[in-house]
Amino acid sequence: METKFGSIDEILDLLPALPDKLKGIQETLIANLIMLSEIPSPTFEEEARVKMLLQRMLECGLDTISTDEAGNGVGIIPGKDLSKNILLVAHADSVYSSKVDHAISVLADEIVGPGVADNSLGMAVLATLPNILEMLGIELEANLILLSSTKGLGRGNLDGLRFFMDNNKLPIEAGICIEGEKLGRLSYTAEGMFRGLITCRIPEVQDWQRAGQNSAIIALNDVINRILEIPIPRRPRTSIVLGAVRGGKSYNVMATQSSLRFEVRSEDAEMVNSIRERIDEIMADAQASHEAEFEFEIVSSREPGGIDVGHPLVKSCRQVMERLEVQPTIRPSMSEVSELIARGLPSVTLGITEASNLHDLNETISINPIYTGLAQLIAMLLAIDGGFCNEPEQLD
Amino acid sequence: MNLNNWIKNNTIHHSQFWDLKKLVEEKEKQGMKISLCLPTLNEEKTIGKEIVMFKSELMDRYPLIDEIAVIDSGSSDATREISANFGADVYLSSDILPQYGEKKGKGENLWKAVYELNGDVIVYVDADIKNIHPRFAYGLVAPLIYRPEVHYVKAFYDRPLAFSQGIRPSGGGRVTEILTRPLFSLFFPDLTGLVQPLSGEYAVRREVLESIPFPIGYGVETSHLIDVYKKWGMEAIAQVDLDQRVHRNQETRDLGKMAFGILRAFLFRAEELGVIGELPELSTVLKQFQAHDEEFEQISHTIVEEERPPMIELPEYREKFGIK
Repeated sequence: METKFGSIDEILDLLPALPDKLKGIQETLIANLIMLSEIPSPTFEEEARVKMLLQRMLECGLDTISTDEAGNGVGIIPGKDLSKNILLVAHADSVYSSKVDHAISVLADEIVGPGVADNSLGMAVLATLPNILEMLGIELEANLILLSSTKGLGRGNLDGLRFFMDNNKLPIEAGICIEGEKLGRLSYTAEGMFRGLITCRIPEVQDWQRAGQNSAIIALNDVINRILEIPIPRRPRTSIVLGAVRGGKSYNVMATQSSLRFEVRSEDAEMVNSIRERIDEIMADAQASHEAEFEFEIVSSREPGGIDVGHPLVKSCRQVMERLEVQPTIRPSMSEVSELIARGLPSVTLGITEASNLHDLNETISINPIYTGLAQLIAMLLAIDGGFCNEPEQLD
Repeated sequence: MNLNNWIKNNTIHHSQFWDLKKLVEEKEKQGMKISLCLPTLNEEKTIGKEIVMFKSELMDRYPLIDEIAVIDSGSSDATREISANFGADVYLSSDILPQYGEKKGKGENLWKAVYELNGDVIVYVDADIKNIHPRFAYGLVAPLIYRPEVHYVKAFYDRPLAFSQGIRPSGGGRVTEILTRPLFSLFFPDLTGLVQPLSGEYAVRREVLESIPFPIGYGVETSHLIDVYKKWGMEAIAQVDLDQRVHRNQETRDLGKMAFGILRAFLFRAEELGVIGELPELSTVLKQFQAHDEEFEQISHTIVEEERPPMIELPEYREKFGIK
């Protein structure tokens, strides 16, 4: 395939025929997906799956592959101009415990199994990309850095990607984060966010007189009510999500422990901070009035940011999707792309296919849209490689 | 023949054959063609995965296998559609040699594969394996490529995860241990050297497959082993440890039917070979119990172990493969 283009329109013209060509990679992609997905990879325990990814890359003939101290897996497809680099990221961790049966089923037009969409498919795309480029005869100018990052979800707090970015010495032009779901996903902004864990403990006392008057549930309930009283503005868009409450042991035993997991998001960093301060005040007050020990822990956090809707990288993504008749779903992200954007690297998240039953044991992806998702990715690589996604230089 | 020596020399772990590039080079040097046969009946949950893995790894990446064929006994689920989607050649068993009629059973599909497929070696892999891996095919084919004296390679599965002592019990499934192994110990002691004589995965050279009869039901594996042993000797047989195999577990009642079929096939072979005296006419009915509240009732299963003749005796086969 020709890889020198005069304009992005020339790349767009290739698109209608591309998904059919990409069907030629079906068995290789799905075999990679099976091999990766059937290895459990809960956050902090991604080692075996990353090792498999690197082995697959090695079998494709990539000779620059490695892991780092954070356990990230990295492979490089060398380009013609060794000074240019494009970063592709797919997180290696999944939400499933290693005790879950990770066997997957390949049906006529669907693949079913825990984590196939989030994010075994993303990793399988990284593993298959060398074969895809070879099949299409594409040789890029830039090196492609294929990064499968660890410790991304929940308490992982994107630590793997942060470590890579802190220590990486290669100059990177742009980043694409790959998620299995869903085709049309386009994220180029990040909301400010923190996830909090409030725990409440009450000293255990055998006092029938006081039964019902005090308990970790009642104390936490008071805290929840007060959090709900915090005024939330419509602009900048802000939300508080109370995600999970746990507490108590049985019908008739006074609860001595309770906990609340919640998330605060806002487009404005100041708003996130002011809510955090307000929650600190509520905690201090509740501590005094309930004779309870409260702890408030920030489990993970992100700074808000993003690239402009008019950035050539975003514009190119929209053009590519439009030509492939994919409806873009634009949503702010708190995943890998937020970290890349926070570091000033123009980046987007793209999804590969349609998915359902996300995070259930029967997580399901559709096979056919995958080729459109891959076509979109290839077109974006060509567009970045051709220099069509750079911001015009500022004139003084 | 010293059975201990046989076990030592002809029992191989699949990891010996990790170098697929070398294996393919050796295969090509010999000009050998290899066919993979997956006999199916309603296997939509696992068949897609098997085909994708074998095609990707042993056809596209390392061209070890020349054809992947699904021979289906008339599945009512999407087995045939899925198989075709992922690039297997799909055959309905009843469409192959239709002039010989249609019999139901896995052995029937294995026999018809000998006519339909073109390989010098056919590797049979059951379609219900959950943890499918390319080793299930290359592990079985490799001894045939590297060792000309080996004609029949049988899989076994054994994977000690942690064992404190050097000795641990090892062997086959329930039917193997309470039926086949005692029978072999009594009548064909050399065949006790096989860890899992009933495993459904094996690779065989065409000259063997075309010259042995095929019981169409449960007895096919037992009968093949006896025939290969009698005609070519233990030196022609090898067994490969493929580690763990995850599959559906069968009910004890179903194993009863299996044992009945195997026993009939075994007795006929033993009689034919003069190992035991003349048998009376054997019943084809297995009786099992079921209970309605406090009442017990017998149910009868008719299990006929019919047999297909050696393929080489069929004029159609001789014509297709140019045998005079």
